[in-house]
Amino acid sequence: MSMNTVDKQTNKTNTIDLVNKNLAKRYRAEKRFKAYGIAAILFGLSCVVLLFTDIIGKGHSAFLQTYVYLEVEFDPESLEIDDISDPGQIARADYTGLIRTALREQFTDANGRRDRRSLYALVSNGAGFNLREKLEDDPTLLNQSVGVWLLADDDVDTYYKSRNDDGSEAFTGRLNEKQINWVETLIANEHLVKRFNTTFFSSGDSREPEQAGILGAMMGSLFTLLVTIALSFPIGIAAAVYLEEYAPKNKFTDFIEVNINNLAAVPSIIFGLLGLSIFIGFFEMHRSLPLVGGLVLTLMTLPTIIISSRAAIKSVPPSIRDAALGLGASKMQVVLHHVLPLAMPGMLTGAIIGFAQALGETAPLLMIGMVAFIVDIPGGVADPATALPVQIFLWSDSPERAFVERTSAAIMVLLAFLISMNTLAIWLRKRLERRW
Amino acid sequence: MKKPLLIAAIALSSTFTMNAAHAARDYINVVGSSTVYPFSTVVAERFGKSTQFKTPKVESTGSGGGLKLFCQGVGVQFPDIANASRRIKASEVQLCADNGVTDVVEVLIGYDGIVLGNSIDANQMTLTTKDLFLALAKDVPNPDGSATLVENPYKTWNQVNPALPNREIEVLGPPPTSGTRDAFAELALEGGCKQIDWIADLNKKSKAAGKAGDSELSKKLKNQYKAVCHTVREDGTFIEAGENDNLIVQKLNANPNLLGIFGFSFLDQNIDKIQGAKINGFEPTFDSIADGDYPVSRPLYFYVKKAHVGVIPGITEFLAEFTSNKAFGEEGYLTEKGMIPLGDDMRKNVKSDVKTLKNLSL
Repeated sequence: MSMNTVDKQTNKTNTIDLVNKNLAKRYRAEKRFKAYGIAAILFGLSCVVLLFTDIIGKGHSAFLQTYVYLEVEFDPESLEIDDISDPGQIARADYTGLIRTALREQFTDANGRRDRRSLYALVSNGAGFNLREKLEDDPTLLNQSVGVWLLADDDVDTYYKSRNDDGSEAFTGRLNEKQINWVETLIANEHLVKRFNTTFFSSGDSREPEQAGILGAMMGSLFTLLVTIALSFPIGIAAAVYLEEYAPKNKFTDFIEVNINNLAAVPSIIFGLLGLSIFIGFFEMHRSLPLVGGLVLTLMTLPTIIISSRAAIKSVPPSIRDAALGLGASKMQVVLHHVLPLAMPGMLTGAIIGFAQALGETAPLLMIGMVAFIVDIPGGVADPATALPVQIFLWSDSPERAFVERTSAAIMVLLAFLISMNTLAIWLRKRLERRW
Repeated sequence: MKKPLLIAAIALSSTFTMNAAHAARDYINVVGSSTVYPFSTVVAERFGKSTQFKTPKVESTGSGGGLKLFCQGVGVQFPDIANASRRIKASEVQLCADNGVTDVVEVLIGYDGIVLGNSIDANQMTLTTKDLFLALAKDVPNPDGSATLVENPYKTWNQVNPALPNREIEVLGPPPTSGTRDAFAELALEGGCKQIDWIADLNKKSKAAGKAGDSELSKKLKNQYKAVCHTVREDGTFIEAGENDNLIVQKLNANPNLLGIFGFSFLDQNIDKIQGAKINGFEPTFDSIADGDYPVSRPLYFYVKKAHVGVIPGITEFLAEFTSNKAFGEEGYLTEKGMIPLGDDMRKNVKSDVKTLKNLSL
């Protein structure tokens, strides 16, 4: 007996000793555990910072565009305009010729065909259209000599942007020595200037980087998303309400639930193939339409919306339903007056995250022909269009160096959209959420 | 009262959008080759800006994918024009005919040349397609002359051919996803590969087997032949430099020992820095490519659905723009984007064929 008590006593002291001895070790383990978490967050943050600095570093210069100053004479003879009141003549006239004459007058050392061709290459080949617009706006310009700022070619643009103030370290790219001399003369005369790149936000795609813009893709994304929102939100909520509030619990509804969860994990390209065979193959819709794109993305976002809406409905306390029913409300009144308003913040959050996902999606759009060169800005869901991520993909594939910065700039625009959508989701949740 | 109205509005708007999706198309729909895409898009853009018509929509689907879409039928939901970096195949013409697309106009627009170049600081290379095959294929015929393959043992150019300089084989080229790479494998490597009799026999046997009805054997032999002729070595002598030809040009400039594979347009634009290797005795120039003497060049085509001419507005005008001298002419804007123009006579023929909308005959 006595042996036992001694044993117990030593045991007790042993345990305390053990605890005391291990205490420092346990604190250390605790600290390490916390440190792992912090390290994980730091790693994630540094990746984000790296991504952002890389994209912004590459893309910020795309928001500026180089313009060349030229004295252009609207010579009716070379324009072949004899009747200024005829809009057809103004539209058909050869404005590029005017720019070429102006360039030749300014740089008289361009002799021979090759030289002249490289001289003409300093100004964007879209600059002629700018002159046409000018003359259309103000026909009195005919016969006059005016100074105009014209879009510079993308090679000149890249050169001027990469150049230090003293003219060193410039990226010459495809410019030859003569062209560089001409550009340097222009810079010395202050006939070359960087301005905010309005073209980038006001025009559609172009094969010339200096004329390429993001607006077409933005409108395409907008229309696609509108179709997606208009269809998937009501359908998703209706499905969620039925499944949560009305559907009996049986094998069939279980089967549906499994399928919805499964669909949420299906790769998006599958939805593209589905859309191709249903909407384009069976319903014979045209390719490349935001309508078709929106339908496909609806199929893709529906499972996400249904799942998040069901979770939101589930989180409404049953006491609220019971109270409403007890006061004599019908099932529909309970749902419409009580459950839905209370579940709405959760539903909205889920839906917005689903739409943000849809906004960044390219793969399904590939199948239905939205990966295309489209210059005209779409005016509705039935006009052919691309979407923002598709535009990024197309530009990143282009050989012209000036598309590198535009690709990054387009990524910045897309990121801005995604960030604002996600912020809206968080704000809505904070603002409308109710706790019980 | 409110709800039926709402339902009616939804139904109305959905039928309206459905109709809009079905309605007559007022823009041209172009699909097809990614090699023709940069040229087709330039013409489309200019056409849209300089005429009253809408800018055509150009999709980059690859030649095969484009022709498949094109041959699906006649009607506004099907493309009007298909770009291709090869000629249409008999099987595709058959597919078209099965779906009612019987009248097709073929337009040859120009050539795409592929250049093997190096810096002008180094000596110009004079190569044959056989040299290229032996230098760049993954497996080459056993140097002892037997009809077996060995892993490519050659390290320097003069091991391949004593007439070549004693310089390490180092070639920068595009990755397998690139069309330039496909064309290079098909034209340059296979061109050299065919000159080795026992490998060429594989192809002949495959064709014979195909005729005899043994399609499995035919396929097997064909695959064997292709694997030998098209596989590029992976031991570091062939360096994948990305799809950007500009980058390859810059690297060649920095290192005179390197050779690079890129589109002809980049040689033309960088003639002060880069020279092209002579292949089978021909320098890559506008003329030799246009005449078909330079072996590594391929024709670029597009195909027009005749049944759509006059239905979709602007097709005739688009064809006229594409085949105008300012576009596909000798100094047209397409040459600025790197396309090799056709010869004068050829251009005249193409133009008159386009004007009369002459039917395709294989």
